[in-house]
Amino acid sequence: MNEAVALVALAASLTAAVARWRRAPDWAVAVAAAVVVVLVGALSVHDARTALGRLGPTVGFLAALLVLADACRRAGVFDALGALMAFGSRRRPGRLLAMVFLAAAGTTAVLSLDATIVLLTPIVFATAARLPASPRPHVYACSHLANSASLLLPVSNLTNLLAFAAAGVSFTRFAALMALPWLVAIAVEWIVLSRVFADDLRSAAAPVAGQRAEERPALPVFALAVIALTLLGFGISSIVGVAPVWFAAAGAVVLTLRRPPDSLTSLVSAAEPTFLVFVLALGVVVTAAGNHGLSSVVDSLLPHGASLPALLGVAAVSAVLANMVNNLPATLIIVAVVSASAPGAVLAMLIGVNVGPNLTYVGSLATLLWRRIVHAHDEDIDTREFLKLGALTVPAALVASTVALWLALQVL
Amino acid sequence: MRALIWITESSWPACVDQARALLPADAEVTLVHVAASDVEYLAGHPGPGRLGRHRPPPPGPPVREIAEAEAQALLERARERLGRDAELSARRGRIEREVIEAAEGFDLLVMARDGEPRREPKSIGHFARFVVDHAGCPVLLVWAERPPGIEHMHWPPHLRR
Repeated sequence: MNEAVALVALAASLTAAVARWRRAPDWAVAVAAAVVVVLVGALSVHDARTALGRLGPTVGFLAALLVLADACRRAGVFDALGALMAFGSRRRPGRLLAMVFLAAAGTTAVLSLDATIVLLTPIVFATAARLPASPRPHVYACSHLANSASLLLPVSNLTNLLAFAAAGVSFTRFAALMALPWLVAIAVEWIVLSRVFADDLRSAAAPVAGQRAEERPALPVFALAVIALTLLGFGISSIVGVAPVWFAAAGAVVLTLRRPPDSLTSLVSAAEPTFLVFVLALGVVVTAAGNHGLSSVVDSLLPHGASLPALLGVAAVSAVLANMVNNLPATLIIVAVVSASAPGAVLAMLIGVNVGPNLTYVGSLATLLWRRIVHAHDEDIDTREFLKLGALTVPAALVASTVALWLALQVL
Repeated sequence: MRALIWITESSWPACVDQARALLPADAEVTLVHVAASDVEYLAGHPGPGRLGRHRPPPPGPPVREIAEAEAQALLERARERLGRDAELSARRGRIEREVIEAAEGFDLLVMARDGEPRREPKSIGHFARFVVDHAGCPVLLVWAERPPGIEHMHWPPHLRR
């Protein structure tokens, strides 16, 4: 009975997130599901509290990062990045793609994938259009790197934050172990995207008269200094014994005070409170489902140990699960199982759940199928092109990054 | 004679120069540019990449406005380079389909190869390939940059001397 309730609660939460019913938003369904599993006794109040206590700091961390990224936008960081990309491109589309790779990989690593998707991608589009160059390769690069370049730091992706504690490593060791996999994933993206979009990257052959040379743009020094200090704080967090979340919060507060938002509402909405509630509630529901058999099923699917084949297996299963139910629940489900083989298996799982979603634009096959059925024609996205790019990059990046992780684990 | 010139970001100067040299003085010229709606969508709609995420719309001017303004600017620059009166047509949608539809009723379509700058099939990329294959009017297919001389051409084995 309890088993069935827990699984139905999980299914309801995931369905609500995919279906996006207006009358039953995902966060409300997830909260209701969490309340139900506790009420019927599928999860004890104590266990629910433990789950919330474990997720609370992670969710707070995410909120601080979202506010920090939004403050960076107000401070003009992304506009400056756009101007820098235009300057560095010297009006050559191929060079622009290299600049976009630097900007997107850096933004994703430091300010998380949301900053790249929401804040950087429109800037990249405008920069390409003004060159003028076909925006196609540059926009696809942002979209892909938001996922595959989110391996480097615990702050680069919510999945990393969720698994950070389970990985049992310091912030700097996480970064040291993931640096090579991160670079390898970016290299795979570069090799594939620069070839697939070679036609779009050719420069206009004849020089175009009447265009003045770009001037080197001014940089928002204060905001960049705050980001640098926040990163430094992350780096020394384990040495000084202060949790990284406090450095993120401090950075967010300083930048917000320096560049206050228009209203309190916009400050709160930057932190996406309903999403934070959803994560907390989903954590409770996944804990209940895990206690009632889901963990043992996942455990039986996953290879154990830290050998290269085991890491490849973990990454592959994680990528498949991320594509079935989205990467967030996949992380919550798998992290509980693989934490015994930390840090290797936890980091391999992150490679799977972070790189895997590039297979589909919408995050998972479930979402893709749902949208095809329900909104057959209201979106003009070229699913075929996205799937083709995903098929070319994801398996290669998964394997190459996991091998790189294995190497890093041997050496470091 | 009604001629349509397909303006793209990468090859428009060559297209315009060839059209200026080859079109008769009394030709009615239209310049068309297509903004790719799928790319706009990707850039302007923060994907639900993560479960349960209703991401806020990106701040700043909407991507479509930027695309429209830049397309108009590009068309005007092309008309200036052409040095004669021309109608401007900014379309948005799937590129191949829009060009084919735009070319209906014209006597000539001027367009550039969008692929490798070599004398080989890859010199025509997939958008241009579709348009060449499906256009209902004569097509003037120009090189975006002057191709290598015939002595550098790579002949298929059965045609080699």
